[in-house]
Amino acid sequence: MTIDMAQFHQVFFDESFEGLDVMESGLLEMDPGSADPEQINSIFRAAHSIKGGSGTFGFTDIADFTHVMETLLDEMRDGRRQVTTEGVNVLLASVDVLREMLTATSEGAELNPERVKVQKADLDRLLAGGDAPSTAESAGSEDEIAPSAGDERAGWHIVFQPHSHMMRTGNDSLRLLRELESLGDLTVTVDTESLPPLSDLEPEDSYLSWDMTLTGDVSQDQINDIFDWVEDDCDLSISSLSSEPAASPVAAETRSESEQQTVAIDVPATAAQSEAASGEAKKSASSSGASSIRVDISKIDALINMVGELVITQSMLSMLGEDFDISQIERLREGLAQLERHTREMQESVMQIRMLPISFTFSRFPRLVHDLSTKMGKQIELKMTGEATEVDKTVIEKIGDPLVHLVRNSLDHGIELPEDRVAAGKSEVGTVELNASHRGGNIIIEIKDDGKGLNKEVLLKKAIEKGVVSPDAVLSDQQIYELIFGAGFSTAETVSDVSGRGVGMDVVRRNINELGGSIEIQSEVGVGSSFVIRLPLTLAILDGQTVSIGSEMYIVPLVSIIESIQIKQDMVNMLAGKGETFKLREEYLPIVRLHEVLGVKDAKAKEINEGLLVVVEGEGRRCGLFVDDLLGQQQVVIKSLEANYKKIDGLSGATILGDGSVALILDIPGLIRMAGNSPTDYDTGIRKTA
Amino acid sequence: MTKSQATENEILYDEENSQYLTFELAGEDYGVDILRVQEIRGWDVVTRIPNAPPYVKGVLNLRGAIVPIFDLRERFDLPCHEYTKDTVVIVLRINSSGGMRIMGVIVDAVSDVLNAGSDGLTNAPDFGSRIATEFIAGLVSAGDKMVMLLDVDKLLSDDQSPESELAAAS
Repeated sequence: MTIDMAQFHQVFFDESFEGLDVMESGLLEMDPGSADPEQINSIFRAAHSIKGGSGTFGFTDIADFTHVMETLLDEMRDGRRQVTTEGVNVLLASVDVLREMLTATSEGAELNPERVKVQKADLDRLLAGGDAPSTAESAGSEDEIAPSAGDERAGWHIVFQPHSHMMRTGNDSLRLLRELESLGDLTVTVDTESLPPLSDLEPEDSYLSWDMTLTGDVSQDQINDIFDWVEDDCDLSISSLSSEPAASPVAAETRSESEQQTVAIDVPATAAQSEAASGEAKKSASSSGASSIRVDISKIDALINMVGELVITQSMLSMLGEDFDISQIERLREGLAQLERHTREMQESVMQIRMLPISFTFSRFPRLVHDLSTKMGKQIELKMTGEATEVDKTVIEKIGDPLVHLVRNSLDHGIELPEDRVAAGKSEVGTVELNASHRGGNIIIEIKDDGKGLNKEVLLKKAIEKGVVSPDAVLSDQQIYELIFGAGFSTAETVSDVSGRGVGMDVVRRNINELGGSIEIQSEVGVGSSFVIRLPLTLAILDGQTVSIGSEMYIVPLVSIIESIQIKQDMVNMLAGKGETFKLREEYLPIVRLHEVLGVKDAKAKEINEGLLVVVEGEGRRCGLFVDDLLGQQQVVIKSLEANYKKIDGLSGATILGDGSVALILDIPGLIRMAGNSPTDYDTGIRKTA
Repeated sequence: MTKSQATENEILYDEENSQYLTFELAGEDYGVDILRVQEIRGWDVVTRIPNAPPYVKGVLNLRGAIVPIFDLRERFDLPCHEYTKDTVVIVLRINSSGGMRIMGVIVDAVSDVLNAGSDGLTNAPDFGSRIATEFIAGLVSAGDKMVMLLDVDKLLSDDQSPESELAAAS
């Protein structure tokens, strides 16, 4: 009898991704030179179980790859190998590749074998370098990680051709040459062929290229380290002198090949593509992970207790009901009160099951900050507080990408370069804080940096340039900050692969709004900025205001309501003879007549003074919803319309009222869009239903 | 007791003989696969869905699930009439691209359970485009009556993508 192994795949992938997270955080905390053996051990164990699992399920590629990592970790664990920054970085990169492999396998997608090969070669190179630990260790700590090709210590042949714009990125070729010289004997030949006549010379462009021979006891990584900052801005080829006549070793070849490839193509574009690709991969990974959830056993126990209580109450009530007379009314009331309490407690414990600590989302940030700060040449310290704050699982899944975007923005636009910080009288280490906390019925996530802050003048100028705002408009600070959420709005002077392309902030806000939350910005020029995200505790329940339109009832989410007012007909202004607007404290707001948008035929209030205006806000736009009356406020359980039917424009879901009837929940941003963008849309909608 | 249960099971799981729940709609007889029927309930007030097609009467709370209710007369362009005490809602389980869904259809009255062997089934005659036969899975005769068997999966599925319906029509 055969067992269908596929049913265990999901568990394997879930566990493997967890293992990868363990490895990643372990590697990030690892201190080169003096690593805690227990820490290496936990990383090793994670790698080992991934290897074991993938072997069992027949994912030999993953097993092979993990095996190499495991061997390396094993040597580190036994103290046969020093823990070096290089080693940690290669292992971190390998974790990334492994994650990609797992993601691809779990989705049955094609994997780029080239990447795996390159990374594996890197690992092999590290391993091979440690084959003769006795000599390597005596020779010096850094040399241990010399490539297998670098056994020949004779020297290197380096061809360095800076791109013309290299100097504009703040890199000086001369400095690089000086650094090279400090490694060993350097012979330099300069190529002045592309140097234009003096009259055509752009003083900021670089026209020279160099052909160098470096002799001495130097590893390729030492050379790579020097060119680290400029590798995207130049054509670089490094080859070993002794291996040159013979065929180059595989590791070096694949490496330089891959380098050539990245250089050949426009760099920002490829970076963007790979970023987008990895983002997509991450997304789909999280969506596939939605199928199962790990729950703390204590939560289940609490729930079972609660069910026990409920059963007792229920039997008590049914006994009471068997021979009920009016003298027992007091006991009945008591029983019902108990039932109510238990139901509420049980509701809470069931909600608890869906709750996960936000550290699931936060855990990726140390790595992100580590990588990006190195890349950008900034010194950044990440402080995280409130990681234990529990959030609904759906929130965890959806908030990840917006948070990544905001943190990237803080790193890229917020924190200045060390020298600028010192010049501004600040410590050269910038701080980014991530705080999560419960406040009332909300979860507050704050991303705070002590960087340069948002510049209102620049924002406003840009908005006027783009025609988003008219030049004579008077905007409040908050309204100016709101501008960065507009699509295609970027204030970054240059487009980097980190941010500045102007896609994103609008998506950030959309994602947060989808979760029923809001985002606020506080900023002070020169001091820093903070983004405060406010999310509802759970997506399953919301505070709603019931409004009536004719014989129908609708629920307006309380978070989006600003106020409710009654206005007179003469306060209404017509816009181009069609759109109704009214003035609310210096602001003209459009009126959305809900009975028209929703096609209610028996609405009582036709004239504007007969009903009420509920002023609501969604996605930064405000409007007044015209309804017959306000009924009451209550908590409602959100039910999906899509589960059995389909998505309806202007509705975010439905709920069941106390009497068992169904009431529909209005989607405020959707309604504003429907009413604002194309009034004809809902006109035809009515005609269809009429 | 056990014996009658056994015979019941035999009937239910007999591959050759499927059972159909038949109902009336404007004097015509229709049938649905009985295994797709979740329950039959009386007509109840529903909550109207704004801007939905007229045959979608609204949604109903079915023990916590929000279930759309379709009027089959209007779905098939039959003349509408008042809902009476005989009007019932048949709650059906249908398969769609998004998984199993539940929906209710309003019919005039439920008539009978019909046993029909697969040999008694005939395909619906092709009327061209004059009469929409897309929902009809087949015809079966019960005594002197003809019963149209519905393909329940198409009732909602087609409605979900009017584009594909248009594409199919053109």
